[in-house]
Amino acid sequence: MDIHEYQAKELLSGYGVKIAEGGLAYSPEDAVQRAREIGGNVWVVKAQIHSGARGKAGGIKVCKTHDEVEAAAEALLGKKLVTHQTGAAGKICNRLYIEAGTDIAKELYFCFLVDRVSEKIVMVGSQEGGMDIEEIAATNPDAIVKIEIEPAVGLQDFQAREMAFALGLDASLISHAVKTMKGCYRALRDLDANMIEINPLTITGSGELIALDAKMGFDENALFRRQKIAELRDKTQEDPRETAAADRGLSYVGLDGDIGCMINGAGLAMATMDMIKLAGGEPANFLDVGGGASAERTEKAFRLVLADTNVKAMLVNIFAGINRCDWIAEGVVQAVRKIDMKVPLIVRLSGTNVEEGRRIIAESGLPIITAETLAEAAEKAVAARNQVVANQAAGA
Amino acid sequence: MAIFINETTRIIVQGFTGKIGTFHAQDMINYGSNVVGGVTPGKGGQRHLDRPVFNTVKEAVELAGAEASIIFVPPAFAADSIMEAADAGIKYCVAITDGIPTQDMMTVKSYLRRFPVEKRMVLTGPNCAGTISPERAMLGIMPGHIYMRGNVGVVGRSGTLGYEAADQMKRLGIGISTSVGIGGDPINGSSHRDIFEQFEQDDETKVILMIGEIGGPQEVDAGIFAQANMKKPVIAYIAGLTAPEGRRMGHAGAIISSAGESAAEKVAMLRDLGVTICPTPAAMGETVAMVLAGLK
Repeated sequence: MDIHEYQAKELLSGYGVKIAEGGLAYSPEDAVQRAREIGGNVWVVKAQIHSGARGKAGGIKVCKTHDEVEAAAEALLGKKLVTHQTGAAGKICNRLYIEAGTDIAKELYFCFLVDRVSEKIVMVGSQEGGMDIEEIAATNPDAIVKIEIEPAVGLQDFQAREMAFALGLDASLISHAVKTMKGCYRALRDLDANMIEINPLTITGSGELIALDAKMGFDENALFRRQKIAELRDKTQEDPRETAAADRGLSYVGLDGDIGCMINGAGLAMATMDMIKLAGGEPANFLDVGGGASAERTEKAFRLVLADTNVKAMLVNIFAGINRCDWIAEGVVQAVRKIDMKVPLIVRLSGTNVEEGRRIIAESGLPIITAETLAEAAEKAVAARNQVVANQAAGA
Repeated sequence: MAIFINETTRIIVQGFTGKIGTFHAQDMINYGSNVVGGVTPGKGGQRHLDRPVFNTVKEAVELAGAEASIIFVPPAFAADSIMEAADAGIKYCVAITDGIPTQDMMTVKSYLRRFPVEKRMVLTGPNCAGTISPERAMLGIMPGHIYMRGNVGVVGRSGTLGYEAADQMKRLGIGISTSVGIGGDPINGSSHRDIFEQFEQDDETKVILMIGEIGGPQEVDAGIFAQANMKKPVIAYIAGLTAPEGRRMGHAGAIISSAGESAAEKVAMLRDLGVTICPTPAAMGETVAMVLAGLK
């Protein structure tokens, strides 16, 4: 789960990380008020969306008068910003963070993350701050310093000093840098974050070390024990279909195609989507109904898939282990009867109680297309989708 | 011989008396697995499914000779249960639990590394369907009847996609020595490579099928190991050709976050390493059949 910059800064400043003075605004009036409270003569109006690279998308504006602050706020609030991380749909900006302008002498890159390779927390830094770490990794990999941390003992001072020197910090800044790094590490451990990125970590003209941006990502498996973090979730930054799915305990990812999918198991779901693509179609979504798919759950999943108006055919692929094909079949039949389904439905059942499941589908009298194998299911789904498109073209 | 488990392996169930533990313990017993008891703290001394319940894993090892364990404990307590098994001298542990916090798994892994290799418990999972040596023992939640005994070693992250593979092979008359689910989490007990090492040593296994997916370095890592150290042929399918970057596809580990983690990139690298690639997920069975035919 991601949170906003202002939320990350608030959390980190509680761990001793220095940030510029700032405040939150929901309206242009708020924004001007915040600028007044902060004082000074330069402010930065920053769009709060769950994405990096906001600057390039016009989401960060430097202002020299209160009028400029008001105009910037006016322009950003309610606007959808598109960055290379948000996808074409973009993300809506409902909140602004107004920050005192910082006199930047040098920009550094700094982050902590849970590394899958070493299975440890890794501290990463580079003197080339301000750009994406992916960009630095591609253009100048030698400029990246990585230090692994032993979970049993945690981040040691010598490791933080090693990083501080590698970042080229002046001797006078070392102890403050060590404090900043240890603060971030404690935050990551205490809050079950899987990533904290400060880019840029800025050395100011007056020789201070300030987190000018801050990004934190959290382990969703740990939210049950981090209630305060769970409350920071901003549903406006998520695909509404995914939010609806998550609230129903289903795992859904919306995609750009037009063949809706309901599958059990993440791996089989990905494989089925691959098979659709190889058969010449495009999946509209990823949806894992999981084990123990009850009739009620099946109906919810159907409604979710069909809420996407792009869907021109729907494919159900269930390999029952803990599930039973007869339960799934009953759920599918019920769902189709309850929902006014306008697109063709292809069902492939396999595994526990498959004969019984197939019998229920066959005896339902519903126009359900059945398939025995994965390949057959994908081919029939693509053919049905193509037929719908051809009929629509003929009708128009 | 199969790997990890066979008909004589003495198995215990951690989280034995809970609803899920009870259901799957009964299923494993029905399959023929040698379940010698279970652990539920505070219920020691009782009997459940006609088998003894112990308070601690240590007691289960001392009194019932437990060698392998399967964990159905809820996510908040699962890491503790895994470490208890390791400390008690269990040799092989399957963690079924889905949703264990990543930092808890980091602690588990660093705890396991404290043991000398010969005394270190092998962990597979969490968030997996378990391990089965068909027609001998099942330490998992899979539908046992779809697995046929044979010479193919299977390792994969996904449960249901593993069933799909077993089903495709069975239709072609091809059986499995052992099928191991390593789970869909970003930090897991064993990697594809760890399981490759076991299969290479196993007389019964002639070829290996790896069922991988997007995200993380483990599939390519296993391919590099196979090229340098293995004589047995490796076949692979990588799921997630259609997955967009930066989006989590169900499994916490299935997210493309850096170069080399997409399905297409993994397929290209594995092919270069001499791994036979299944062109589609519907062709896992036929690809294995083709490689097996080449051995004769």
